[in-house]
Amino acid sequence: MLEIRDLNAWYGPSHVVHGVSFAVRQGEVLALIGRNGAGKTTTIKSVMGLLDKVGGSVRFAGQELLPLPAHARFRMGLAYVPEDRRIVPDLTVRENLRLGLLQADSSIKESSATDQIAETFPRLKERLGQIAVTMSGGEQQMLAIARAMIARPKMILLDEPSEGIMPVLVEEMGRLFRALRDQGTTLLLVEQNVEWALNIADRAVIIDQGEVVFQADAATLAGDREIQERYCAV
Amino acid sequence: MDLQLISLQLFSGIALGAILIMLALGLSIIFGILGVVNFAHGSFFMVGAYAGVFFLGYTGNFWWALLLAPLVVGVLGLGVERLLIRPLYGRPVDDPILLTFGLSYVLVEGVRILFGTDGVPFDTPAALRGVTNIGIGYFPTYRLFVIGVVAVVLVALWLVLEKTKVGLIVRAGARDPQIMRVLGVDIQKLWLVVFGIGIGLAALGGVLAAPMRTVNPEMGNFVLSEAFVVTVIGGMGSLLGSVVAGLLVGIVVNMTSLVAPEMATIAMFAFMALVLLVRPHGLFGKPGFGT
Repeated sequence: MLEIRDLNAWYGPSHVVHGVSFAVRQGEVLALIGRNGAGKTTTIKSVMGLLDKVGGSVRFAGQELLPLPAHARFRMGLAYVPEDRRIVPDLTVRENLRLGLLQADSSIKESSATDQIAETFPRLKERLGQIAVTMSGGEQQMLAIARAMIARPKMILLDEPSEGIMPVLVEEMGRLFRALRDQGTTLLLVEQNVEWALNIADRAVIIDQGEVVFQADAATLAGDREIQERYCAV
Repeated sequence: MDLQLISLQLFSGIALGAILIMLALGLSIIFGILGVVNFAHGSFFMVGAYAGVFFLGYTGNFWWALLLAPLVVGVLGLGVERLLIRPLYGRPVDDPILLTFGLSYVLVEGVRILFGTDGVPFDTPAALRGVTNIGIGYFPTYRLFVIGVVAVVLVALWLVLEKTKVGLIVRAGARDPQIMRVLGVDIQKLWLVVFGIGIGLAALGGVLAAPMRTVNPEMGNFVLSEAFVVTVIGGMGSLLGSVVAGLLVGIVVNMTSLVAPEMATIAMFAFMALVLLVRPHGLFGKPGFGT
């Protein structure tokens, strides 16, 4: 589904990602883990088209992404939940969801898509008319995820969705991600919460100092304390 | 000084405010979404007035002039965004300021070459001459018309912003243009359209103002600073702020000129200072906006 080859990326003047290569298979959850500053966020920003200077190759569904602007990548079925959520604070929850549908396939009706989201996220259902910024951090995170999935993308890139969220919601989110995968959506999950991420994911890639240092089945890695300690311990 | 005079002056203030709103809306929306402080905005207002003069002469019909001038100048705005401003995105904020500042001189000189340095007359259309009794006294019909046109434009803009997909994109884009890209919005297209609409509104202000003041190449200079005052009072990037502040500034200027005409301009700036003391981001502005 997504094939990253020899990716190099710069954040301003600093070269952050050095020749990263890995692939995400269709219908799997891949956890991209590593320490703070390892290059995880830079990697998925490169995939989404949000950085100025990127080299190498990123292919999505067989097509090269790097020459395309971000909005064209979204239209190919690639959705993104940024680390800082970036819901539009002074719009209502319903309007934020509508933003996710702006470029959606015309076969997706707004009312039924919103109903479906409301069913998946009971917390948002009660708050559709509420101004988004008045919700709790966890609810805003749910909204950011809902906005990314409402147009039924082929793949969703998630940047540390569990960060700063209360444990009950994190559990709920884990169930949601598995359900999405079971429906055929591919997920690339960037996480610092390693235990939780390995619990959800099918496979995992560890990056350290901008390079891939380990990849394996999530279950294998979950049992390998030594590798986890070496590359993920804070 | 009686109550009737005061209320008529208040009404005059609203008519002036209506013109300022047309300018401030464009300035504010262009800043909010493109991050560009458009110093050529007053010149587009002036070009709008001259386009009105041209189309009035060409068609002999005020209504055609009122319709065509904003459209044609709006299209000119599209060209300016595409050819001159687009290459400057991602550069420091001073670059588009310098560009639009220079462009304003080019527009003024261009009009001087085409239409001469002297002012040209713009007759009030026959149907809108004279005065109308508005209950509190007689008021120039044309000014009533200006207030009406601006009200209609505002309602139309409000409907577009609140009820349409484009409106939602503009509202969200004004708050967070970057996130719109990952939701599939071609942000460059949005910038183009917004700039064109902002310029079209300024030109509409210019045609509407033409019969009320002299049409000359410098008519955009002072009105630009008035429009800046309005956007600052209303809060940069806030459309509601532009409307409310436009009316307030129009009223403050007119009421002051009733008692001390020479103080009108100072009163406007004093009002701005007062508002900023109480609300540093303007009446409807948000902290950190546009940075």
